[in-house]
Amino acid sequence: MKKLLENIGGTVITTFRQIIDVSRLLVETVYWLFVGPFKKKPVKRDSIFEQMLFMGVKSLIIVVFVALFTGIVIAMQTAPQLASLGAVIYVAGLVAVSLTRELAPVLTGLVIAGRVGAAITAELGTMKVTEQVEALETMALNPVRFLVVPRFLALIIMLPCLTILADAVGIFGGYLIGVFNLNINSGLYIDTTFRFLTTKDVMTGVLKSFVFGAVIALIGCYQGLNTRGGAEGVGKATTTSIVTSFILIILSDCVLTAIFFFSDI
Amino acid sequence: MEEKEVIIEVKDIYKKFGNRQILSGVNLKVYKGETMVIMGGSGCGKSTLLRHMVGTVKPDSGSVYMRGQNMAELDENGLDALRKKFGILFQSGALFDSLTVKENLCMALREHAKLDENIISIMVKMKLELVGLRGFEALMPSQLSGGMKKRVGLARAIAMDPEIVFYDEPTTGLDPIMAGVIDKLILDLSKKLSITSVAVTHDMNSVFRIADRIAMLHEGRILQVGTQEEIKNTTNPMVKQFIEGQPEGPVNFFMSKEDYLEELIK
Ligand SMILES: Nc1ncnc2c1ncn2[C@@H]1O[C@H](COP(=O)(O)OP(=O)(O)O)[C@@H](O)[C@H]1O
Ligand SMILES: [Mg+2]
Repeated sequence: MKKLLENIGGTVITTFRQIIDVSRLLVETVYWLFVGPFKKKPVKRDSIFEQMLFMGVKSLIIVVFVALFTGIVIAMQTAPQLASLGAVIYVAGLVAVSLTRELAPVLTGLVIAGRVGAAITAELGTMKVTEQVEALETMALNPVRFLVVPRFLALIIMLPCLTILADAVGIFGGYLIGVFNLNINSGLYIDTTFRFLTTKDVMTGVLKSFVFGAVIALIGCYQGLNTRGGAEGVGKATTTSIVTSFILIILSDCVLTAIFFFSDI
Repeated sequence: MEEKEVIIEVKDIYKKFGNRQILSGVNLKVYKGETMVIMGGSGCGKSTLLRHMVGTVKPDSGSVYMRGQNMAELDENGLDALRKKFGILFQSGALFDSLTVKENLCMALREHAKLDENIISIMVKMKLELVGLRGFEALMPSQLSGGMKKRVGLARAIAMDPEIVFYDEPTTGLDPIMAGVIDKLILDLSKKLSITSVAVTHDMNSVFRIADRIAMLHEGRILQVGTQEEIKNTTNPMVKQFIEGQPEGPVNFFMSKEDYLEELIK
């Protein structure tokens, strides 16, 4: 019993310390992002583009794949219910709103956490255990500036972009079902979509994805830079990174949705 | 000896990792221009001591003075200013494996020296020539052998023309000829450019080729510091055992027989 309490206490303390450490990393990242350039210590543009290419362009296929089928599935799942109410045309609105507000940002976030977040941790973790991070530090090259900031910046730009793409592709998926299976008139489907969809729907979704991007990049980098214990340590850190990102994405999604919900945005 | 300028002073450093005491009261002075070799068995904390000197690990107690400045009191900028005068060869080379050999050497130059790209290219070629690897600029670290990685690591360590170079096991894992080449390079650097060198190694050939003074680290303390002659004629049985490579002696590798039996039946 005592041991159990000790374990719980230990976990709470570790979690708390990690929260503080991650917040510190965030502060440092923001410092290098905004203050660094004025001290003639900018972040290399090449490395930002390189990261954007890796994170964004090379994730296109998987994001399109997930979004398309999500759109199709929502349409198929909701059509019978709506049909029984004689309101099958509302499939268009339902698909559009649920995708832009919720499913596109969250699913894209999860996919990118699995793909990019894991890659970030594995890469930085390997650098850490092979003394490369230390080498940077001893060359008076700040690891946060050289490793974290490019990844952070690239991800908070690319994830919203990918989310907007997922919005469009998902809506197209719903359209395919609506037009070819439910026999809704193509023009009417598009018209209904835009009648229900507001800028606010898209914007809240994009805002969410922006936060998710920051979460994935920070957790990925934090876990990577704190890796210990060789190749095995890298594997563990990567797993922890993905799991933590998943949990935090779901949590922050809930919090953000609540904020939007209660503040009537 | 006494009038020489002390460039690094390690004062009474204690360091624990978890509940294992790695360093327990290390004292060491390094003079300007000399080559100090720290020797000791694997895992005895040589790299850890080196990390304290370059400021990537903070001691639990005690302090490191670099040119009279307490490293613990320096802020990030002060530490960076010091570090620009360091060169470090890491035990594993620690080359950035997403960058080519050339980019590895350029990193610090581009950032700190703000030189023309042509000049940087020429400097890179010169450093690679020194380690016998000119023409390998475009290769990735994964395409190099262990010995080549170490040599590129060395070239990178001296890329910024440092005043102090730290070597963590520069010759471990190299063939004897390559080890000789690296030793000669270390000697050349320290004699011709009057660089202060601190090397960590357990390769005895290398120790006696490069050292001006030798320090023996054992169980978290410096057992003896002295010139090559003093160490060769040591009266300390542990140091003697180490430099002669005797399996039996005051440093016991095997636990006593009774212990072993007990362990087995337990
Ligand atoms: N960051 C660290 N965390 C925990 N233990 C460490 C760390 N660095 C080194 N150690 C431990 O300290 C001991 C000394 O390591 P090291 O200084 O690398 O030895 P050496 O270079 O003499 O072979 C080893 O047993 C190692 O496991
Ligand atoms: Mg070592």
